[in-house]
Amino acid sequence: MSNTIRIKAPGQARRGEIMELKAMIRHPMETGYRRDLYGKQIPEDILDRFECRYNGEVVFSAEFFRAIAADPFLTFYTVATESGTLEFRWYGQDESVHSEVVQLEVE
Amino acid sequence: MKRWWLVMLVVSQASAETRSFAERPDLPTDAVQSGTLFLTPDTRALQADDFANPGYLWVERGEELFAEGENSCSTCHAASSEGALAGAAARYPQFDAGEDTLVNLEGRINLCRQRYQQQPALAYESQDLLALAAYVTSLSRGLAKNVSIEGEAAAYFQMGRAYYFQRRGQLNLACNQCHDDNWGKQLRGDTISQGHPSAWPAYRLEWQTFGSLHRRIRDCDSGVRAKPFPAGSEIYRSLELYLAWRMRQLPLESPGIRR
Repeated sequence: MSNTIRIKAPGQARRGEIMELKAMIRHPMETGYRRDLYGKQIPEDILDRFECRYNGEVVFSAEFFRAIAADPFLTFYTVATESGTLEFRWYGQDESVHSEVVQLEVE
Repeated sequence: MKRWWLVMLVVSQASAETRSFAERPDLPTDAVQSGTLFLTPDTRALQADDFANPGYLWVERGEELFAEGENSCSTCHAASSEGALAGAAARYPQFDAGEDTLVNLEGRINLCRQRYQQQPALAYESQDLLALAAYVTSLSRGLAKNVSIEGEAAAYFQMGRAYYFQRRGQLNLACNQCHDDNWGKQLRGDTISQGHPSAWPAYRLEWQTFGSLHRRIRDCDSGVRAKPFPAGSEIYRSLELYLAWRMRQLPLESPGIRR
């Protein structure tokens, strides 16, 4: 199953407005501490970094560790300055990158 | 004297136990309450928030799968067509004449894949089957569960009902001892619900993922130290039919959040 991403962002905003952004991604955030039915260790598999880029510039970032629950969900804020794109990007410890881009129009 | 009382107690319990399943009372209709009412306010709020509810990750994935490929589900079941699936999930499990058995929603999805899409059945509890079941069930959100226990379904209903009232496992407990006789009380840190499947398939916080009702029933069975049956097995489908009838007209809430 692909890593389904859900984003909540306003499509339009007034200049100077504080925008609430929400981002969720499906990911097991496997700690590496658990064992399966046969006693074999389940390998660690986590996302370790999140970034939100506003027209290419990082406006919010977060580091994730093993104690973060599965399907991480973030709510954060930024100020609307100009029209353009918001890119939400997650980096896996296995070098994988998951991202989604939304358009933003600022009046 | 004390010993005499003990003998009396054992005898009276034994006679209660030998009553046949048919004589045991079902949960009265006016007592029926959704499992959502037994959640903490935080968990209830998470379920009610259509964005924060992680179950929607599976609903959205299911919606993608539903429309994917040439001979997709949406070819027959477009939302605007006669085959629209609003309310479909509320009618399962039901007897399927072609298969000559009781099928639940997951089974019905796999039958569609084999009969009309020439695709292999998806494994029970696989991410794709969970996602499709989540999506189709979400189309019935808010609608009342409404299953038939007449005709061919009657025998499965009786089998499921018997399972519900049968003591099992090293703890020697039947479903009804928690979910009919002691709901609302505390079991360690949790409040015992009435065991209605109205929010399933659901996101279970303990699992840190989305899962089927049968996976949940397996957890109850292993909780009383009984050997669980395989997910999708006939006995669990029959139990699912009894539970679906037992919750009467409760509206469907999937994707639910459960502890």
